[in-house]
Amino acid sequence: MSPKAEILLILGMALVTFSTRYPVLVYLSRRQLPKAFRQALGFVPPVVLVAIIVPEVLAPGGQVQFSLSNSALAASLVSIFISWRTKNLLLTIVVGMTAYWLWRGFGI
Amino acid sequence: MHPADFSPTISRKDEFWAGVKAIFPLVVGAAPFGIIFGALATTAGLTKWAAQGMSLFVFAGSAQFIAAGLIAQGSSLLVIVVTTLVVNLRHMLYAATLAPHTKNLSQRWLLPLGFWLTDESFVVVIKRYLQPDESPHKHWFYLGSAVFMYTNWQLCTYIGIIAGGLIDDPLKWGLDFAMIVTFIGMLVPMVKDKSTGSAVLAAGVSAFLMRNLPNKLGLIFSALIGLGVGMLAYYWFKNQKENDDVAES
Repeated sequence: MSPKAEILLILGMALVTFSTRYPVLVYLSRRQLPKAFRQALGFVPPVVLVAIIVPEVLAPGGQVQFSLSNSALAASLVSIFISWRTKNLLLTIVVGMTAYWLWRGFGI
Repeated sequence: MHPADFSPTISRKDEFWAGVKAIFPLVVGAAPFGIIFGALATTAGLTKWAAQGMSLFVFAGSAQFIAAGLIAQGSSLLVIVVTTLVVNLRHMLYAATLAPHTKNLSQRWLLPLGFWLTDESFVVVIKRYLQPDESPHKHWFYLGSAVFMYTNWQLCTYIGIIAGGLIDDPLKWGLDFAMIVTFIGMLVPMVKDKSTGSAVLAAGVSAFLMRNLPNKLGLIFSALIGLGVGMLAYYWFKNQKENDDVAES
């Protein structure tokens, strides 16, 4: 990334992020967001996350790999299970990464 | 001087330090992510100045993570900025919830407090605002928690940048997968009801099908599809429940 692109990127990200924080704090002091809008906002983080995860896991490097020899897929399944059972983010990361390394190391 | 200044309330200084104390566990929880961000951002292709600059000026953990991931995948600037906006829309919910409590503050307060609004500070600050005592200095509590969170995020990013520089080839170690695991650990606990499940399923399938669209545009389209399906499912399950309730009565 060129220095100019980096500056543009940070400026752009800073601007849109600030626009989700400060203006609302100022203008919504006496109003409520419509219920449907609040409901829709609640869906945003999970749908963005899953849309990033799925292609990376099912097609690492652009190649579709629907098998357990795909270490990203295998480790993701482990991570999903741990996260579902414990809801503990750090534990999920530690176990998931360990599973990933083991899987790649054994070259299954 | 305002009469409230003479009342036996908690002082500004005490509110500030109470805010620092309240957010401490969340600061500890965020620390590894600041470090991982610093290490990954430089791996993804940002210079160390840009990595630190992003923490300084954007200050939004999950958006910064996602941006690093998208940079590594060669996304266009526009896609990264739009994704950042989408991911950070949740701040609007927090700001809307805090707004009635901060409405009497001057711009001098609202600007920095708005900039420093995060998941973590929201969680502790709204709790403080909802406590029944009428302390006029609750914004000092907000300030304390926000400043601590911000300072720690900068420090951890810096540590991560240094640490990332010590590893010769982070991709060889699979550190790119660390981001995916982190996202999984964030995502799974969010799927709490059927409508969120439907939204996630729709977005996941769409993202897979649209994975080859240029500039990672599939990400934004899939998020929109997931959002639409989630809203449809929300009203569908709500109607169903109401019908059941009518049938039972």
